[in-house]
Amino acid sequence: MWISENDWQTIALTLKLASVVTVILLLVGTPVAWWLAKTRSRFRVIVSVVVALPLVLPPTVLGFYLLIAMGPHGFLGAFTQFMGLGYWAFTFQGLVFASVLYSLPFVVQPIQNAIEAVGERPVEVAKTLGASSMDAFFTVVLPLAKPGFITAAILGFAHTVGEFGVILMIGGNIPEETRVVSVQIYEHVESLDYSNAHALSAVMLGFSFIVLLLLYSLKPKYRVSAFYGSGR
Amino acid sequence: MIKKNCLLSLPFFLSLLLGISAKAAEIKLAVASNFAPLMQELIADFKAQYAEADVILISGSSGKLYAQIKHGAPYDIFLSADQDKPSRLVEEGLAVAGSRFTYARGQVVLWSRDPSLITSDEGVLVDGSFEKLAIANSKLAPYGQAAVEVLNKLGILQVTRNKWVQGENIAQTFQFVETGNAALGFVAKSQIWRDGRLSHGSVWLIPDDWYSPINQDAVLLKRSSHQKLAALLLDFLKQKEVRAKIASFGYQELDAENTEKQDVEE
Repeated sequence: MWISENDWQTIALTLKLASVVTVILLLVGTPVAWWLAKTRSRFRVIVSVVVALPLVLPPTVLGFYLLIAMGPHGFLGAFTQFMGLGYWAFTFQGLVFASVLYSLPFVVQPIQNAIEAVGERPVEVAKTLGASSMDAFFTVVLPLAKPGFITAAILGFAHTVGEFGVILMIGGNIPEETRVVSVQIYEHVESLDYSNAHALSAVMLGFSFIVLLLLYSLKPKYRVSAFYGSGR
Repeated sequence: MIKKNCLLSLPFFLSLLLGISAKAAEIKLAVASNFAPLMQELIADFKAQYAEADVILISGSSGKLYAQIKHGAPYDIFLSADQDKPSRLVEEGLAVAGSRFTYARGQVVLWSRDPSLITSDEGVLVDGSFEKLAIANSKLAPYGQAAVEVLNKLGILQVTRNKWVQGENIAQTFQFVETGNAALGFVAKSQIWRDGRLSHGSVWLIPDDWYSPINQDAVLLKRSSHQKLAALLLDFLKQKEVRAKIASFGYQELDAENTEKQDVEE
């Protein structure tokens, strides 16, 4: 069971995709999680539902809509073209965009739970001591909610690595651009090349096991379950 | 009152369940997705001739269906999108030797949704005035293999390669072109041909001898408990009128010799 050069290429691309997506997810997901944790707006429920949708939607549904939306007749396609970015189907940018949508709940929910667990009081105390809102966030909330951020980053990364359906729909299987590990395994299986499929699948299994091992062996005080706050 | 209704409905549901399993003859037909819509229509014709038959369609990629059959899926007939998998099943003793025959021969075409892009020949392809060319994965799909042969014959296999977007099967390849994400692509004629004519867009009908025949073979599976009825359905697919109908939906006209059994030596 040797891993061919092409297979290594797909592994490298997958890790690159997951890293970029995780960074964007933390940047985008944190304000969303903050807003969801603090707001009393009546849109809170709607936004929560939209964020959670990828949890229940079949990836093919998301992929199919994205394929239509990113094309010349879709609103995303019209937008990216207008911005001079071309069309995003079959590109790495397109995969990043789709993966951010697809993994959003895995990042927003742990962070939101952690921020809710911190509660109002430490922020209020910091403010009476003269801290600005930004100050209070970076020096009080962020350190206290750190376990939530770690959980979010690990889940977001791992979930993107395991992504398949969406990428299959909008990727176009282009080497070094959109051909990720899961798609490569699928191709091996479909072409009855079971030995290569085995090798690459074993890598994925080992990777997933290690990631979860990492997650579950975090010190208890660092551990925030993905979808329920620990300190409430 | 409501409670009583619930009690009454229980035997009703049970009888419904039992009723399904008690039906006379039910054939499970595993069919490659590209042929599934047409097969659905053909089954209606078949039922008109043999009223007692009940046919259930299971569609999927040939590779998946093959793997399922190997692992004991209870199908009676397998209509593959290639010849390789049915002949493997015969070799592996899972299909009835001598039952294999070509039920359809696919045709690959160059197609665009834009009605004026393709001018009935290879012009636009050779010009290279397009951004993305959709093509089925040649490792997985016979239509992809055929497309590669056509590009090779035109001598533009290498220069077009960086414009390829690959569908994992011919249905996805069609989707790429239909949604406008690829300007043009090699699709199956059966996807854009209805009742003997082009349904929409523009097309180059590629000469049949530019690529190896895309033969789609059928086999009768050994574990079938309705061998007779299943054989009847396979014979139905060899009827002249049925073959004509298949051809009018974008497959090559098959002559009598193609429907001869191919595993006679066994």
